[in-house]
Amino acid sequence: MSQFLMPSLGADMESAILMEWMVKEGDTVTKGQVIAEVETSKGVIEIEVFEDGIVEKLLVEPETECAVGMPLAIIKAGADNTLKAMKKIETQTIVKHNADTSKIEPDKQKKIIEAKEDNIEQEERIKISPVARKRAQELGVDITKLDSKKDVIHLSQIEALGTIKVKAPEAAEKKEETKERDGMRQAIAAAMSRSNTEIPHYYLSTSINMTPALEYLKELNKKRSIEERILPIAMLVRAVVLALKEVPELNGFWQENGHRMSKEIHPGIAIALRKGGLITPALLDAQNMDMYSTMEFLSDLITRTRLGKLRSSEMTKQTITITNLGDLGVESVYGVIYPPQLAIIGFGAIVNAPWAEGDALCVRKVMQATLAGDHRATDGRIGAQFLDKINKFLQNPQELL
Amino acid sequence: MTKDEIKSAIIKEILEIAPDIEESEIENDKNIQRSLEIDSFDFLKILTAMNAQVGIEVPEADYSQVDTVEHMVEYFLKRLE
Repeated sequence: MSQFLMPSLGADMESAILMEWMVKEGDTVTKGQVIAEVETSKGVIEIEVFEDGIVEKLLVEPETECAVGMPLAIIKAGADNTLKAMKKIETQTIVKHNADTSKIEPDKQKKIIEAKEDNIEQEERIKISPVARKRAQELGVDITKLDSKKDVIHLSQIEALGTIKVKAPEAAEKKEETKERDGMRQAIAAAMSRSNTEIPHYYLSTSINMTPALEYLKELNKKRSIEERILPIAMLVRAVVLALKEVPELNGFWQENGHRMSKEIHPGIAIALRKGGLITPALLDAQNMDMYSTMEFLSDLITRTRLGKLRSSEMTKQTITITNLGDLGVESVYGVIYPPQLAIIGFGAIVNAPWAEGDALCVRKVMQATLAGDHRATDGRIGAQFLDKINKFLQNPQELL
Repeated sequence: MTKDEIKSAIIKEILEIAPDIEESEIENDKNIQRSLEIDSFDFLKILTAMNAQVGIEVPEADYSQVDTVEHMVEYFLKRLE
């Protein structure tokens, strides 16, 4: 038996709003199953359970703001099912629950209460988070006129309506936007400051001739329909995953003064948001994918990131980061490692460049691949081996399938 | 489809795939990817959505002919005739 706590979905997150339970009491759940949706400044995140079991009790009502670490539910594991033990934990939970709530700063508590009152005021109960409701008021969106076929109204829908149909007074809109961006900005600021203070980075860079890989992809795509087309970035991610299998020292964490390698490869893919800021959701278990499924899952991950619909495991399990600024024309990326990860790989733009082949000079599609590694965990030799593997795979693209 | 219908279909798809772009930001003669920060994934989605509407697949070799809204309209128009 265990408590299911509100997970931390980023260094900045103090609390999130539990929007909806996807399970009910008595349901059997399996590890990795989505049990609830929570709303954060990064969008709606689906949160998952970490173990198999039975949902014994749901401790919070939907639309409640919950601090990180607050118990949300009790999950009974397979074997332990005596009623007595259950009761005991339940009491403990309630006590802890109260303690946790009191830890939230006074003004935040007030906000929670206000939000609750707000909900009661509404005659016909519309499922909408307090944040979204507040935003609706500011933008002048009438939530009763929103699509009632949808189960829950999310902040993004309000914002979409607000920007398209109802123009709010400039000032109010600007203020809110700055505030939202601030949340993410603060998170990035905290993580990157920690990284530069704690992690002794080393940087390596290599030029890769991308012509063989791109030619191979061109031939491959000719035979595939537009829906199945594979993009170069999928091939690059695939090359990283295969190289990490051979050089596993860069995949994992530096934790408790020790180097912990991860068997699973969950590359965080840096996705810049047009409104500003950055999210690096994990492409989970990429070690089990081939090139086609890498493209499929990558496309799905990017779509859901833009829609603000990610899973908690995708926000927390990254074992390495891949950043690609090539679309913006950048040639080399010298990354900052996201702690506690061990490395960040950067891909630049693929450009026509002079290239020596044997004694002849020719023009090839060339890309800079860079690596920033944590020198506490690995040395330049490991980083060099890794970049060399990536290069080898890209020179023999049929091995990437 | 007329020229105007194709154009509004393209703009509609861009707005759908990149909801944070305002219609007023889309300029007919500007590079779609660069001026609107549309990455390669989103660009492919626009072409996939257009294929569903007009039944024309743009091969990768022709990407340089569909770089702006104006060029993309001409590209589809020529092949629909």
